[in-house]
Amino acid sequence: MLKLLNPIMRLVEIPFLLVQKRLGIGMTAWLFLAPNLALFSLFTFLPIILNFSYATTGGEAILLRDRPDVGFQNFGNLLECENVLDPSSCRNDLFWRAVWNTVWFVVFQVGIMVIAALATAIVLNRKIRARGLFRGVFFFPVLLSPVVVALIWKWILQRNGLLNAGLESLGFETINWLIERHWAFFWSTFISIWAHMGFYTLILLAGLQAIPQDVYEAALMDRASPWRCFRRITLPLLSPTLLVVLVLALIKGVQTFDEIYAFTGGGPGSATTLIMQFIYETGFGVQPRLLGVAAAAAIMLAMVLIFLTALQFWINRKKVDG
Amino acid sequence: MKYTRLIGAFMLSAAFTAPAAAQEIRFMCNDEPFCKVLDDLFTGFEAENPGVDVVTDIVSYDVVLKNLPVQLAAGEGPDMARVTDLGGLNEYYIDLAPYVDRGYWEDSFGDTLDWYRVGADDDGIYGMHGDFTITGAYINKTLFDQAGVEIPSADADWDTWAQAATAVAEATGIEAAMAMDRSGHRIAGPAISYGARIFDENGEPILVDDAFQEYVQKFVDWNNDGVMLRDVWAGAGGGSYRDAGAEFINGTLAYLFSGSWQTLNFDQKIGDLFDWQVVGSPCGAGGCSGMPGGSGIVGFKHTKHPELVAKLIDYLAQQDVYAELTSRTRSVPAHYGVAAAGVDYQDVSAPAAAALNAWGAQVEKLSPIAFAYQGYKNNRAMFNITVQRVTQAVVGEYSVDEAMERARDDLATVLAETAK
Repeated sequence: MLKLLNPIMRLVEIPFLLVQKRLGIGMTAWLFLAPNLALFSLFTFLPIILNFSYATTGGEAILLRDRPDVGFQNFGNLLECENVLDPSSCRNDLFWRAVWNTVWFVVFQVGIMVIAALATAIVLNRKIRARGLFRGVFFFPVLLSPVVVALIWKWILQRNGLLNAGLESLGFETINWLIERHWAFFWSTFISIWAHMGFYTLILLAGLQAIPQDVYEAALMDRASPWRCFRRITLPLLSPTLLVVLVLALIKGVQTFDEIYAFTGGGPGSATTLIMQFIYETGFGVQPRLLGVAAAAAIMLAMVLIFLTALQFWINRKKVDG
Repeated sequence: MKYTRLIGAFMLSAAFTAPAAAQEIRFMCNDEPFCKVLDDLFTGFEAENPGVDVVTDIVSYDVVLKNLPVQLAAGEGPDMARVTDLGGLNEYYIDLAPYVDRGYWEDSFGDTLDWYRVGADDDGIYGMHGDFTITGAYINKTLFDQAGVEIPSADADWDTWAQAATAVAEATGIEAAMAMDRSGHRIAGPAISYGARIFDENGEPILVDDAFQEYVQKFVDWNNDGVMLRDVWAGAGGGSYRDAGAEFINGTLAYLFSGSWQTLNFDQKIGDLFDWQVVGSPCGAGGCSGMPGGSGIVGFKHTKHPELVAKLIDYLAQQDVYAELTSRTRSVPAHYGVAAAGVDYQDVSAPAAAALNAWGAQVEKLSPIAFAYQGYKNNRAMFNITVQRVTQAVVGEYSVDEAMERARDDLATVLAETAK
């Protein structure tokens, strides 16, 4: 087979050799990169530049030439606050409500999800019965579309949903889960954990399987307790994977939009409105379409995400450097 | 050879069929039953105009509300559409005036033509008001009868209706006494009936005044007391639309404040499960007004076939075609000629016929403020502000005072941004 391929490859090589001879090695590399760079520029760099342009213009026109320059007014309006801890004191209260909702959502969702994923991964790493089935069961929600996740849970939690029917049949008082602010937030966090935990469980499971068994065997010979094994062996050796999971989950958590939007619509009131929904609604959802404000909010969100991504790179590098 | 022959045959047939599809008009429409009737009427136009193909794209209301304006701003989108943001999309409309008989249109559609215009100086003809809608209430008469509660009179106020509906709910054990669609358009009528002016003496929008706030306070209290079905307003966020039609159809509401467009839906889905009737808008210091509205059919400037689009809209506006549209969609006509001649609603049930007559009787009760609000170009933004802030008051994020203060600030922002 190789004998057959070699002459063909030599034929293909000829034009590249000619190009390399003419342009030099350095320029040839750029030639190969050019198609990807062109697409990357068109679909990534250009939108970033456009986003900055929108953030510094006002009005509701969609074409930049029709939009008046307003400098940093959109950023100023978003950040104008007497006390950032109290959204009611801010000029754009809905932005700050979305910011704080996102902060609390990420704290609870990521915190609980990582702990639950770790516990699940540890259990699934043991030689339990039907281990393959359970691995599938925990991973299954990850395969579902966010809208499907939202609709399933809506049917369960609505006033006449499955959960209330169950509670009623057991003689308990029913609760209107999606109308009460705190319950709506709780369930939004819960379904997000349910939907994404399987993915992180899988990563942690891979991390657990990479820990050499002989370390545990040595610890058992020294009569170390399971808790001591977990604290002194599992956690330290899993910590690089755990950190990657944490940062990935943080980034994903900040970007959460679709499942919560389909689940509660951001309500009741603004109780489950996250920052991504604020950007969408401000820019596209309701009239007037304040693209400048939405773009300014998107830039602020991007800064947070850049910080979290840099953190992930730093952690990865630290891990590689040992 | 076989394939060459096939390709040849295909190209030949394409060459012959090409002229037939040369003039395609794409029409974006929401509300399936209504769109199907329109689509059916288009066949008459297609028969009169060989080679023209009108394609109806039936979409959800959200697509018309949220996606269509973005498409239009980018110079894209359908050739024509059924829209409800009548004045707000004015900049994208084709002026039909050069293509149609202005006298006929002025005589037939009169005041509704203003809803598509911007300002007093604009005399363009931009859209055909396809169905005239009025917001108002329906009651489940069977529940009233079962509860032995007397139906309040036509001039009863909101408090009287709330008491009666609550009595029905208590006697029959239904989920809630009343519900109102989650919409700024819906709550505007009752607020105007309470005396809200919406505009100042110079015609500038103010949205919130004492009367408006008074009604909002009542509405919030009813939501918190369980008189209003809390799920409708509290169960969503942002400016999302939500109606309580499903709850009414399921017989779990005594009173629903919605609008005339639900008549067809209720007629089809309730059938003879229970008796229902239209009771219009409750009264207050400002009258017994609902909000007028409805949808219009408009053509867009970016179309490649402006003359054809205008011709199609003009075809729909002709009295016989319009009468058929009104009759088959069980809607209230906005065409004076059709209204004057009376509509022969086909295959309509007794409750639907009574409902349509009742809606017709509500037209004269509409306040001039309601007409002005419906025709104001930024009304959609004001409706959104209302929904957002009233909901925040309902769920307890703000007091009514605070929410209304926020609504004033939001309006100031909107006016400043739209003026740029």
